[in-house]
Amino acid sequence: MHDMADNTRAEPTAPDADGRRPRRGPPLARAVESCVALFQRKLRAGELGSLPVVLVLAAVWITFQSLNGNYLSPRNLSNLSVDIVGTGLIAVGIVFVLLIGELDLSVGSISGLAAAVFAVLNVNNGVPEWLAVIVAVLAGTVAGTVQGFSFAKTRVPAFVVTLAGLLTWNGFMLYVLGSSGTINLDEDGLVALLTSYYFSNDGAAYGLAAVGAGMYFLMSYQDRRRRKAVGMPHRSLRGTAVRTGVLAVIAFAGAYELNRFQGLPLALLIFLVMVAGLDIVLRRTRYGRQVYALGGGVEAARRASLGVTRVRTAVLAVSGTMAAVGGLFMASRITSVSQSSGSGVLLLNAIAAAVIGGTSLFGGRGTTWSAVLGMLIIQSIASGMAITSTPAAVQFIITGGVLFAAVLIDSLSRRSQEAHGRA
Amino acid sequence: MSTPPLLALHGVCKRFGVVEVLTDIELEIHAGQVVALMGDNGAGKSTLVKVISGVAPADKGAIEWEGRTVHVRRPHDARDLGIATVYQDLALCGNLDVVGNLFLGREISRYGFLDEVEMERRTRHLLERLTRAIPDLRAPVVSLSSGQRQTVAIARSLLGDPRVLLLDEPTAALGFEQTTEVLDLVDRLRDRGVGVLLISHNLGDVKALADRAAVLRLGRNNGFFDVNTASQEQIISSITGATEDSSRRTAPHEARW
Repeated sequence: MHDMADNTRAEPTAPDADGRRPRRGPPLARAVESCVALFQRKLRAGELGSLPVVLVLAAVWITFQSLNGNYLSPRNLSNLSVDIVGTGLIAVGIVFVLLIGELDLSVGSISGLAAAVFAVLNVNNGVPEWLAVIVAVLAGTVAGTVQGFSFAKTRVPAFVVTLAGLLTWNGFMLYVLGSSGTINLDEDGLVALLTSYYFSNDGAAYGLAAVGAGMYFLMSYQDRRRRKAVGMPHRSLRGTAVRTGVLAVIAFAGAYELNRFQGLPLALLIFLVMVAGLDIVLRRTRYGRQVYALGGGVEAARRASLGVTRVRTAVLAVSGTMAAVGGLFMASRITSVSQSSGSGVLLLNAIAAAVIGGTSLFGGRGTTWSAVLGMLIIQSIASGMAITSTPAAVQFIITGGVLFAAVLIDSLSRRSQEAHGRA
Repeated sequence: MSTPPLLALHGVCKRFGVVEVLTDIELEIHAGQVVALMGDNGAGKSTLVKVISGVAPADKGAIEWEGRTVHVRRPHDARDLGIATVYQDLALCGNLDVVGNLFLGREISRYGFLDEVEMERRTRHLLERLTRAIPDLRAPVVSLSSGQRQTVAIARSLLGDPRVLLLDEPTAALGFEQTTEVLDLVDRLRDRGVGVLLISHNLGDVKALADRAAVLRLGRNNGFFDVNTASQEQIISSITGATEDSSRRTAPHEARW
């Protein structure tokens, strides 16, 4: 999935140069050779993409599996896939904010506020669930829009505006909850089902895997066909097939594991669909292009007559909305809302997930998929620590180390890119 | 009566806070003509470019397009008129690739989604006209050399087939070969009837390329010259202020080229 980030790029090392290049050795050897060349080129250009993240994830999984044989069991992996959703959705919103080179500190409070609004409306006041969900999500959108507009108009850095927001929305949440304390959600309600429903039919998970791989192939194929038609460089059919194959293997392996437990979790389905949808918004629409442009240079964007205020407001609105959606999933996981909802390490985990997954703190680089990858790493470590009954202190230290390494890689690759330009 | 100039500025003033950066500026750009805008550092050259391109609209004065008064309040207004600008700092987004930068603010869409293939095709087509060594169109601009970035910035300005092109020190950061390439390009644009305003410190470039030279000094007009007849010393003394008084008095007359 992470490879989608550059699927329009025609790799000069792709085997479509076959005709011009002398054949050396068997196809496999040539394929390996071209992969190595591609890797070296990307390393030099400072655009490693998701590779380091995937390697870290593999290392984490191998380590914990060797410490405890139950770590990679279907049950644990299935739980892991549901546990990442709440914070992961919030991290997707954070990716938007990081892309314009800002930071949103209010997402934790907004997620708590949304959960509280839902619980009070539905449980205490008997508002139908669907309506309460809509109001709760809109509360997040409104909170984000207010922050975004003040940030865009006053030009006070977003992290200051949202720091004020962190306190304000937390206060709103306590006010909404009033004397309720802890509110338990309906165990069979819509929101509770968000994280407790599994598609027990094997076909669901395999179907999702097939649809994902199929869509990827179709889009790549379509792109290739149009490029070929106008005589532009394009990726070879074999390259597309190999990429689709790798994606399909990962997807079907995941589906197989999920089916060995309870099937495809609804939460995971929603998460993946939202991430894929927002990824398309960011990389394939005019609005997304404007978000990236703001991260690359506000002045350049302004001179290209972009509506800077509008885009900034919209970005924080997206972040607030995603925080609210994530807050509902977090409430669903424990089927209750309390005064501590949305507090603690939630905010830090969401930001860390986006950064660990490869979204740059300096703005302008990253995709929504980085929220998935980063959250997988953070939750994998947390789950491994729990399964090997390691104290939480160690978990924090290790997650902190991974975050530091991610920031380091980000900063180094950025510098390498600039040095590359001076050559 | 001759045809009105493509672009004319009359009595344009611009102040930043209490500082009057431009005072009563007069300027005319005709089709198929290269006007060099010269002046010392801080004379107001870049500010004038920003006034014309709508980034920093004028406080007072009139801008005329083909003889009728127009209002340029946003970069969008200037672009709609057919004024394109290459800024001194290029104003590129380093994280976007070449195609993304070229089409920033005027992306081509297909069924509501960006049409990357069409944009890349047009980019390639345009760059092939401008330069021999086409950079990797999908590499982020930050990883290109400064000459390549300059080419990208110029290519972007030409995308909408502008009728007036503002170039703010286009050759300052370039080597000899790339400078020649840019100057050749400006020459070809003039032949196609584009009016060019060229800001430059390099008198050699101006002599080689420009038809007219307008000199600014401390935010005011300080003389207009026909580059072919005026001597180098005349222009330099006007830039440095040695002929400040006399030329300011004569400016209105000479302004009627």
